Amino acid sequence: MNDLFLQVLLLADSTLRLATPLVLAALAGLFSERSGVVNIALEGKMLGGAFAAAAAAQLTGSAFAGLFAAIGFAVFLALVHGFASITNRGDQVVSGMALNIMVAGLGPTLADAWFGQAGRIPVTAEGARFRPLTLPFAEEIREVPVIGPIYAELLSGHNILVYLALLAVPLVAWVLYRSRFGLRLRAVGESPEAVDTAGISVAWMRYRALIVAGVLTGIAGAYLSVAQNASFLRDMTAGKGYLALAALIFGKWRPLPALLACLLFAFADAVQARLQGVEVPLVGTIPTEAIQAIPYLLTILLLAGFVGRAVAPKAIGQPYVKER
Amino acid sequence: MPRITAALFAGAILFAGGLQAQEFKPAIIFDMGGKFDKSFNEAAYNGAEKFRKETGIAYLEFEVTNEAQRDQALRRMARKGADVVVAVGFAFATPLEAVAAEYPDTKFVIIDSVVEKPNIQSVVFKEHEGSFLVGMAAALASGTGKLGFIGGMDIPLIRNFAYGYEQGIEYVNPDAELFVNMTGNTPAAWNDPAKGAELAISQFDRGADVVYAAAGGTGLGVLQAAADRDKLAIGVDSNQNCIQPGHVLTSMLKRVDVAVYKAFTSARDGTWQAGTRALGLAEQGVDYAVDECNEDLLTAEMRARLEEARERIIAGELVVEDYYSTMKQ
Repeated sequence: MNDLFLQVLLLADSTLRLATPLVLAALAGLFSERSGVVNIALEGKMLGGAFAAAAAAQLTGSAFAGLFAAIGFAVFLALVHGFASITNRGDQVVSGMALNIMVAGLGPTLADAWFGQAGRIPVTAEGARFRPLTLPFAEEIREVPVIGPIYAELLSGHNILVYLALLAVPLVAWVLYRSRFGLRLRAVGESPEAVDTAGISVAWMRYRALIVAGVLTGIAGAYLSVAQNASFLRDMTAGKGYLALAALIFGKWRPLPALLACLLFAFADAVQARLQGVEVPLVGTIPTEAIQAIPYLLTILLLAGFVGRAVAPKAIGQPYVKER
Repeated sequence: MPRITAALFAGAILFAGGLQAQEFKPAIIFDMGGKFDKSFNEAAYNGAEKFRKETGIAYLEFEVTNEAQRDQALRRMARKGADVVVAVGFAFATPLEAVAAEYPDTKFVIIDSVVEKPNIQSVVFKEHEGSFLVGMAAALASGTGKLGFIGGMDIPLIRNFAYGYEQGIEYVNPDAELFVNMTGNTPAAWNDPAKGAELAISQFDRGADVVYAAAGGTGLGVLQAAADRDKLAIGVDSNQNCIQPGHVLTSMLKRVDVAVYKAFTSARDGTWQAGTRALGLAEQGVDYAVDECNEDLLTAEMRARLEEARERIIAGELVVEDYYSTMKQ
């Protein structure tokens, strides 16, 4: 196989790894925002998930225990968010931001108290990490031209959460567009009065949406601390929650376009890692600063020119007040 | 009876220590990344702890978590009456310049940057000399002749690591190829292990088999990636050999611990002096780490080559250029 083809495959491989937490978080945002709750707290829930996953995995030596702890903690945070913004009709953005700040402080503090490493939890226990899986026959068909390397390099060799994230996209699309829950979810974000008139509880619908979002952000957090990396570090989400939110808006609150937006962001990130210090024909070496601006430039360009108008769910950001 | 005397005696010592602690108050401010970053800040912490254990004198400490706190922390330590305040990290240079002028009686020490004031001691390291040696080690250990470097924030200090590393590689193998990646342009680049791992993987994919990380907490991701892909990494600042045993060729030690310890002790016994101190191989300010985790990786022949180069550098026969000298051109 020629070298260029292999490099492209490796680039795509890197894109998949980088896109996974974004995809999961964007889908989480999709559930919550489609139900009418702005979810700026994706960042904090993901970070909370990463913290819980690392702590549980390190203590039990089981990656799955880490995953479930992450889901549990992220759902708990989602319920707190819901209690503030649904039950008590607080501002969704303010309560979400408060969650982000709280988790950013809480994680390192608890980590220090429990593990004595000031804001860091190393995951070193045997079996505490999701290992890359080799898909069946990957080695056998590696030599087959074109298809072989694609299968062996690109599709095989990821950890289970990467596959889970990819499978989640069609599943979410099905739930959103084909199931009764999805219909009601979309309705509650567009016209909660109509849903209320039909005898369905708006608050319960929104709570359920937030719980689903919590599950997904929990998985994203676990991916960060016990799959992609093997430790929890303070602020390790590094803005991925906000990026996922941007991808969601970019994808007009739809699963498939949101997936593509996440892949695009991840691709830009993967490219910039490989372009640094490399001689590009005609241009020469591109300065590091310019390369690191690529993902953001791409975002602005695409948002400005190619996406068109992104229309948010109508009732987004408004706490529902039942008429008396 | 002897036990009681001993207890009384110990009590008297403790009491004396307590008195002394009231008289002499050292302080240390850690940079972002925190004192347990297994790297730069942790080295500073070890130096402060060594001082505390030896003298029984407690020290004031603070870990900054955002830019605005640097100025506040320096001011607070000075106001609390600290005799000597050690600021760990180049980013303190600007706030320190202002604060040091306001508290002329407080002694300040800044690590990794030079600030010229009558009450400031600047401690800098000749990172290029230590990096030269680990560059040699990398080139000797490499099977592919392709090597990597991953820096944290893109600043001249980190470029200096890369420049020394490059010269060390060239000294051993003039045909070797070096990939250089910087993590970012903001302080967040010190704490992004996912990005560090991804950058390392991109270099491994291009054929590199030894990657040197000078990136604070981000470097932990590089070490992890090296272990996951069965390659070698080189740690930085503190001894990181045992974080991923068998996959860390060596660590470029920056004896920040020695600098902090010396700052505290010299301030206490009155030998403290303002001005700039540059610690290189000759001053044992930089070194490479050998312990039970990398004995097998860094073979005796390799070590012999490194020691030979060390002697030549100390004797002045072999000159390692620093990055700053190339900047002025």
